[in-house]
Amino acid sequence: MSRPLSDTKLLMSDVVIRAENLGKKYIIGHQAERERYVALRDVIARNVGNFGRSLRDIVRGAANVAGDELEEFWALKNVNFEISRGDVVGIIGRNGAGKSTLLKVLSRITEPSEGRVEIKGRVASLLEVGTGFHPELTGRENIYLNGAILGMRRDEIKRKFDEIVAFSEIEKFLDTPVKRYSSGMYVRLAFAVAAHLEPEILVVDEVLAVGDAEFQKKCLGKMQDVAGHGRTVLFVSHNMGAVRALCKTAFLLRNGRLVSIGDTMAISAEYAAGSAGSSWQEVGPSEKPYAIRSAFLELLPHDLLRVTLDVASAAPKRLIVNALLQDAVGAPVGMASLGGYDPDQLVDLSEGESVIAFDVRLPALANGRYRVDVNLEEPYGHFLDHVTGELEFAVDRTPRNNHGRVLDVRWGAGCIELASATQIATPRGSDNSALSQATSSAPETCIS
Amino acid sequence: MSAEADRLLILEPGRAERHYWRDLWSYRELFAILAWRDLAVRYKQTVIGVVWAVLRPLLTMMIFTVIFSVVARLPSEGAAPYPILVYAAMLPWFLFSTILSEASNSLVSNANLISKVYFPRLIVPCATLLVSLVDFLVSFVLLLGLMAVFSFWPDWRILLLPLFILLAILAALGPALLMTAMNVKYRDFRFLIPFVVQFGLYVSPVGFSSSVVPEQWRLLYSLNPMVGVIDGFRWCLLGGEAQIYWPGFCLSLAVVAILLVIGVRYFRHTERTFADIV
Repeated sequence: MSRPLSDTKLLMSDVVIRAENLGKKYIIGHQAERERYVALRDVIARNVGNFGRSLRDIVRGAANVAGDELEEFWALKNVNFEISRGDVVGIIGRNGAGKSTLLKVLSRITEPSEGRVEIKGRVASLLEVGTGFHPELTGRENIYLNGAILGMRRDEIKRKFDEIVAFSEIEKFLDTPVKRYSSGMYVRLAFAVAAHLEPEILVVDEVLAVGDAEFQKKCLGKMQDVAGHGRTVLFVSHNMGAVRALCKTAFLLRNGRLVSIGDTMAISAEYAAGSAGSSWQEVGPSEKPYAIRSAFLELLPHDLLRVTLDVASAAPKRLIVNALLQDAVGAPVGMASLGGYDPDQLVDLSEGESVIAFDVRLPALANGRYRVDVNLEEPYGHFLDHVTGELEFAVDRTPRNNHGRVLDVRWGAGCIELASATQIATPRGSDNSALSQATSSAPETCIS
Repeated sequence: MSAEADRLLILEPGRAERHYWRDLWSYRELFAILAWRDLAVRYKQTVIGVVWAVLRPLLTMMIFTVIFSVVARLPSEGAAPYPILVYAAMLPWFLFSTILSEASNSLVSNANLISKVYFPRLIVPCATLLVSLVDFLVSFVLLLGLMAVFSFWPDWRILLLPLFILLAILAALGPALLMTAMNVKYRDFRFLIPFVVQFGLYVSPVGFSSSVVPEQWRLLYSLNPMVGVIDGFRWCLLGGEAQIYWPGFCLSLAVVAILLVIGVRYFRHTERTFADIV
């Protein structure tokens, strides 16, 4: 369990990570916003510019302000926590809340700007599957390369080699350069290597967001396995279902600050309550054999709506999941479905608890609030369970392309902003010649 | 492993990693595998990988022999054939210049690694050394062939050659680390490197013997660290025909050492921010 920071300076034997007043500052200049690196010519140009300005200031007798183009940005500030051996901690927060920066600091990729972290044990970080894969090298070679990059020893890789290959299911293509792999094979191989890491502390960022549903399930199982072996895991994911399935404890980050630490259930509810783009609903225990235990809604960039469900199932089952979109007054807008339209997308539930997550591509919705109802259905129409009433999200778009404004539900013109019709030049008056040319090219429609 | 597991790691701003060199040692496997990757990729992608390593010094040697010996009528060292004189200098020079250009791009081309995984960053430019060294060995075999053609054989001094190869590597490493670190921050530094390499080829005694430099300028000339290295190579390979100018050689050594210290220190100083700016 994580607990509030105590005053003892000594690292207690069961505490493996301890952060005190941790902060990470980035300097963002107006130049640096456009380019990630500085070019010497920019530095010279800017310095010449600054020099000119300073000179003018001095001549005028004004105060000399240097570096007024720079701006400080604290990606993390005043972060304090302790994590004990064997804890599995989920880190929750919106994009830009500082989750990834925290993981980067903990895995030593970048240095903190203030405060201090004490870490006991070997840390392996998995911030991206397939880091360091080289397209020209074969699958076999890349297993060794990637393993070494992730911090495995050669004999360790050798020992686990067969296991890795079996997990990735690419035996046949082991000696093919990975540039010829399909993206699925690539990801499977990459995750297989990563999954066989055995550090004391594992830091994982959003790696479950890859591969097909089947493989994601396998990965989640593997992660649970890792967590079960008394290793400390820090886990970042946008998939709330995965976080809740894996982690007992969660940290909630908001604008670089650690807002709360606690039970994952409570924290994910707090997270949902605090952000307009997401919503969370829990359903009490149910008698139904196939029941939705909780549902989580999150609006992602690029008009994607992520729906995550925790489902309890009495027996293995294939079923349909529908998400029904309504506007604020309850008028239906549309329905997304897993399996309802395309039988290939039917969801396979195994017995016990499972997580179903899917993204819905939203049309250009009008600004306003929307509700989502989710239901489970058998392929031939038997209704199984539903959640209704509390899952909400708000759309607040900025005008797209070079539009001036966005449709708003309050205009009473509906919920979907239809793409602007292409204007067609209507030939009229003096433009008759164009018309006659157009018609003469299609003589059969000409009436004389 | 267990000792490693119980090690307490402290992350603080500006904290010089006390175990830096030990850490570097514990990452030797990664070093080996990165070097192997660079090598495998280089010789996998290009059929002309080996041919290039052979052709480049050979062609340059021919041109230099024509220009400096036939046209400019510069003297060789004693009885040594001019092509061998040039080639013996070409070897360390190409070692130096490949290290410089390969290393300086190494961090940028491995940006995805640097922003995703921790390891001592020094490993990346150092891993490229090995690729350059393999190129060097290929060219070296060619030298033996050249010696057979001219029936000119080196004596016992060739046994000391590994020392001078090491010196050439160290001489390249200092400037290379400096360039590598600069290149991360100022990306247009890479345009400077071909120029430095080109310029260096003519200010270093590659096409001519350093004994043609007037006596009063020789010490000053030795401020170029490659002068010492090249003189050393010729001393080893030309069977006693070339002499080392000792005051100059010591000066070159000192310059190599100073550049190396500056390079490593600057690299370590900026290393911490690489992940943020690469």
